[in-house]
Amino acid sequence: MSAEALVRGRAAERLRTVRWYQRPRWKRLGAMIALAVLAVMVTGVQGTQRDLFYALEENLTSPLLLVWLALTVGVWAVREFLSPQVKAVSDGYRSVVEEPRGKLRRAWREEKWLRWGALGALVAAAVFLPSGLERYWQTVLVDQIAIYVLVAIGLNVVIGWAGMLDLGFIAFFAIGAYSAAYWTGALPVQPPMELNNFAVIPVAIVTCLLAGVLLGAPTLRLRGDYLAIVTLGFHEIVYLTAKNLDDVTGGTGGVKVERFSLDLGFWSYEWGVIDPMPYYYLLLVFIAVVVFFFWRLEHSKVGRAWTAIREDEVAAASTGVNTVRFKLMAFAIGASTSGVAGVAYASKVGYINSENFVILLSVLVLAYVIFGGMGSIAGVLFGAAFLVWLPEALRDFVDPKDRYMYLGVLLVIMMIYRPQGVIPSRRRARELKLSESGESDADAMTEPAGGRLS
Amino acid sequence: MSLNAFWDFLVLGVVLGCLYAVIAIGYTLVYGVLQLLNFAHSEVFMFGGFGGLMALTVWAPAPDPSGAQSVLYVVVGMLAGAAFGGVVAYGLEKVAYRPLRRHKAPRLVFLITAIGASFFLYNLAGKLFGRNSLSMPDMYENKRVFSFFGAELSVTMILIVVSAVGMMIGLDYVVNRTKLGSSIRAVAQDPEVASLMGVNIDKVVSRTFVIGGLLGGAAGFLFGVNNKVVYTMGFLPGITAFAAAVLGGIGNVRGAMLGGMLLGIVETLTVYFWGEEWRYVAGFAVLVVVLMFRPTGLLGERLGRTA
Repeated sequence: MSAEALVRGRAAERLRTVRWYQRPRWKRLGAMIALAVLAVMVTGVQGTQRDLFYALEENLTSPLLLVWLALTVGVWAVREFLSPQVKAVSDGYRSVVEEPRGKLRRAWREEKWLRWGALGALVAAAVFLPSGLERYWQTVLVDQIAIYVLVAIGLNVVIGWAGMLDLGFIAFFAIGAYSAAYWTGALPVQPPMELNNFAVIPVAIVTCLLAGVLLGAPTLRLRGDYLAIVTLGFHEIVYLTAKNLDDVTGGTGGVKVERFSLDLGFWSYEWGVIDPMPYYYLLLVFIAVVVFFFWRLEHSKVGRAWTAIREDEVAAASTGVNTVRFKLMAFAIGASTSGVAGVAYASKVGYINSENFVILLSVLVLAYVIFGGMGSIAGVLFGAAFLVWLPEALRDFVDPKDRYMYLGVLLVIMMIYRPQGVIPSRRRARELKLSESGESDADAMTEPAGGRLS
Repeated sequence: MSLNAFWDFLVLGVVLGCLYAVIAIGYTLVYGVLQLLNFAHSEVFMFGGFGGLMALTVWAPAPDPSGAQSVLYVVVGMLAGAAFGGVVAYGLEKVAYRPLRRHKAPRLVFLITAIGASFFLYNLAGKLFGRNSLSMPDMYENKRVFSFFGAELSVTMILIVVSAVGMMIGLDYVVNRTKLGSSIRAVAQDPEVASLMGVNIDKVVSRTFVIGGLLGGAAGFLFGVNNKVVYTMGFLPGITAFAAAVLGGIGNVRGAMLGGMLLGIVETLTVYFWGEEWRYVAGFAVLVVVLMFRPTGLLGERLGRTA
């Protein structure tokens, strides 16, 4: 055997031999141990700036690590060595559950009264239940849940239906809030005429429409991920302007805004400072109107155009869908919804400053939409309500500053295991499945049909 | 302000630009190979800063180091930063992106994952290391070395420029001259054909992430020497570096270097003319203008399919 063949033979042998730690089973064990270490870092103590290694040392020597190790290694052991038994148990469970579940699902699809009944029960619960809550929870419900539900519904149009990633959605919320402040005479600069808070709403809608078009027009013809980064930049510009131009916007010091009031001559009403419930009913009306409007929109010509763009932009353009126009429209409609939420926010809280509109919120709203299920109104309502409620409920158990860490994990896990969200729209779920086999895009992020800037 | 101040700012801009260029390479490499905007690269950069700080905490610099000792400290810090960055980038690819690539997720899903990962990583750093900004220990006497048109150059500035330029030359060599570099370029051009030619795509993608992570981590250390280390330090330099990558033509490694330099100078000149508070508006404004008039960037998109 020549020397060369000998060398080659050895190389081949080296490639063929698999050491014990290279076997998938032990690799998985390693991954599980790494997961336990990461988990203990996440759930462990808060570090200090005095000692850089404090948190690392504490966490690695705490009994919590053993708990996590036991958990993860336990899961590993069950999966590796008891998988036939686990499968038998889960099969048994499935065969028991399958039939009633299928029946329920069929009834849900076929019986109209069931769906209307459920909807009616939900609406009734939304109207009557909150008045029994504590004041703290009522305030959370109005100041945060109701407002962010409105914003999330708006973002759903852009990301869920038109398939464009907008990372600066709170910018429009800020524009809405500052228009409310401006037109009610709260800002250092005076408007030509002072308006009632309700009269500001159409003004804010128009302002946000214009802002949406202004931002969208130069960038929509570009590749979709550029859009993401430009919207992020747009948000930063709006935020920095609000922060730095404090002789116009009040900056970080903030401005006081008048609350909602209505005077029709024969009847007048003022939404007070203390009781949040009147605001709640008002916002409920806003949400109901927007949901109804979007529900009709989804299956209209416009909604179908968005679906076409999302699923295959080139095909949509070649069958005569004016892609740029419909994308702009999605942008503008979403933006104006967010603007309405901004007006409502300013007029409820009665005080705004630039720190109400940090970039974090844009990402959070995105997380709400993704979690609930892009493109499904029910999903988005649920996602926003649940994810706003959850951190408040966890306040006593987790350090509030850590909440965002869990949110990040949640996003990553959702994207890996359930990218369609908790309550997915059926169409969206199918698109995501099709994209695995390369048949659909599921987002308007490819190169648009029209090429570059014309 | 005087003319001297102008030169000061210009020199500062070049120093900053070097850092941006090194970070931008990380974005551009990953984009070239995966067409993925790796949002979490800014956190890789941040972890690099913490890595360097940790190494220099364990092995605390002597109070009055000699020249050779100073060099050693800097090298150790930079290597630790790079190692941290590399590890974080590797883990990120393995945990977050690889499962998505397996089932060919749409790009939107990738982007959202990147945002989620970025959120997780920077809050994790805030939890582990506290949320206040920390200074690097003194490794050398940061004295003025020489002046350039009246602008004073300190040791830190020279350190940053020299090491950044060194890294860029090294990377350029790796991408254009080595086997790994040619497999990276092959995967960027056409992954399917590359895999038919025997390129192991998973390995190449993983190594691309690691290369970007090494550079980003080292840049994080240098940034920490120049400014401070804090868990939120990644976001704005990250975005600006991304803008730099787009300005140079995303996927084009030399473009990223050029874009980084230009953007650093634009940023400090913005500070010179309009003031500190408008600093980061410059990057975004440049980004929007470039996208409107020349979306392929200054040097054009090269590495990868010109999408």
